Amino acid sequence: MPVLSRSLKARGEALSSAAEQVRVLQSREGFPRFEETMARTSSGPLAATGLDVLQINVGKLCNQTCRHCHVDAGPDRTESMTRETAEMCMAALARSDIGTVDITGGAPELNPSFRYLVAESKRLGRQVMDRCNLSVLLLPSQADLAAFLARHAVEIVASLPSIAPAQTDAQRGAGVFQKSIGALRLLNGLGYGREGSGLVLNLVTNPVGAFLPPAQGSQEDRFRQRLAADHGVVFNRLYTITNMPISRFLEFLLESGNYEGYMRRLVDAFNPAAARSVMCRTMLSVGWDGRLYDCDFNQMLELPLMPGMPAHVRDFDPASLRARRIVTGNHCYGCTAGAGSSCGGAIT
Amino acid sequence: METYYHPKDLAHFADMGKGNPALWEKFMAYYGAVFAAGALSEREKSLIALAVAHAVQCPYCIDAYTQASLEKGSNLEEMTEAVHVACAIRGGASLVHGVQMRNVATKISM
Repeated sequence: MPVLSRSLKARGEALSSAAEQVRVLQSREGFPRFEETMARTSSGPLAATGLDVLQINVGKLCNQTCRHCHVDAGPDRTESMTRETAEMCMAALARSDIGTVDITGGAPELNPSFRYLVAESKRLGRQVMDRCNLSVLLLPSQADLAAFLARHAVEIVASLPSIAPAQTDAQRGAGVFQKSIGALRLLNGLGYGREGSGLVLNLVTNPVGAFLPPAQGSQEDRFRQRLAADHGVVFNRLYTITNMPISRFLEFLLESGNYEGYMRRLVDAFNPAAARSVMCRTMLSVGWDGRLYDCDFNQMLELPLMPGMPAHVRDFDPASLRARRIVTGNHCYGCTAGAGSSCGGAIT
Repeated sequence: METYYHPKDLAHFADMGKGNPALWEKFMAYYGAVFAAGALSEREKSLIALAVAHAVQCPYCIDAYTQASLEKGSNLEEMTEAVHVACAIRGGASLVHGVQMRNVATKISM
């Protein structure tokens, strides 16, 4: 199946609407609702246990149009966090003890306030993670980006679905594998991924299709061996992440006739241990417009926090947020299947 | 259309336990132990299973071990090579029996 060049929204697809995606996810027969499964396994309802990570999604603009993107990001998207909202995020961070700021998109580096967010978070003494698509580092407009990230010791979480070029390109676009290798070499040249440098380079692999990810440990060994032998590339950790049935991956599932089978796979692989460790229990997600969500997936489905919680980052209140009930839906099966899945990879 | 093979039947494999639960449980315990990581990794065992599935031409096994191989981290290039191994052994098995043909022919020919 070819990689798309335009977002769902630009193509005018009904599935570009969050409400339509929720309707699809909740209306299919044959699966127990996520909340029923949680109750049956004494796992729910989900509630936060703390507030360790502030994940800021600065917008949907991206230089790639990946086939599985749950954000429906792409070069044709214009939603982008303003400086004013970015400052609200930093004001919220300053009045909390949140240790980690996780910046995502789109390609977050293309947001004009990205470097402000990095520098200000660091000034406040917080760890900063950049969810990087790698190819953005090679754009002429971003020639100094890699050095900026190194100077601020930003942890890079970079997408590389497969050590097979054809698989990577099938998900992310023609030629992306080679660009990714070029960007990884650039980062290695700055010390990223090298022992003792203090510059952390972690990779993320999503399955290239309607199946679950492999065991994180064994796959990390394979990536380490092959990337070193074939390309001279080193990295710190590999995270395996399950594809969520949202946005363009949901479109792929429906168009390819894999929706029922994939959802059945997720439901059958429900793991109560993974449900206890899902990332939403310790994080808060901020949208490009400042609205608050339990996670980036709820953000894309426009599922706000529980009633009574602050709706916008300007009203950030760590005391109420750190013990909040979490909004769930059938997409949550994606984070609780098998070894579980989070922005930091497998969770069991 | 009626066919002998139905993809949905794979999900009913466990029904085989209804006729003799004790044998079924022994088989499944053995099956699980065989595919657990040992001297070979789970990924390597899945690739072997995929090759054998093609040798015995079981559509259920091909379905199951294509998915399993992908989920263990193998890619299409590796899986295709595994199928070629099955193909080579099947073809080679036919060809090596040609020695038998030659032995018989030699024996009965002038």
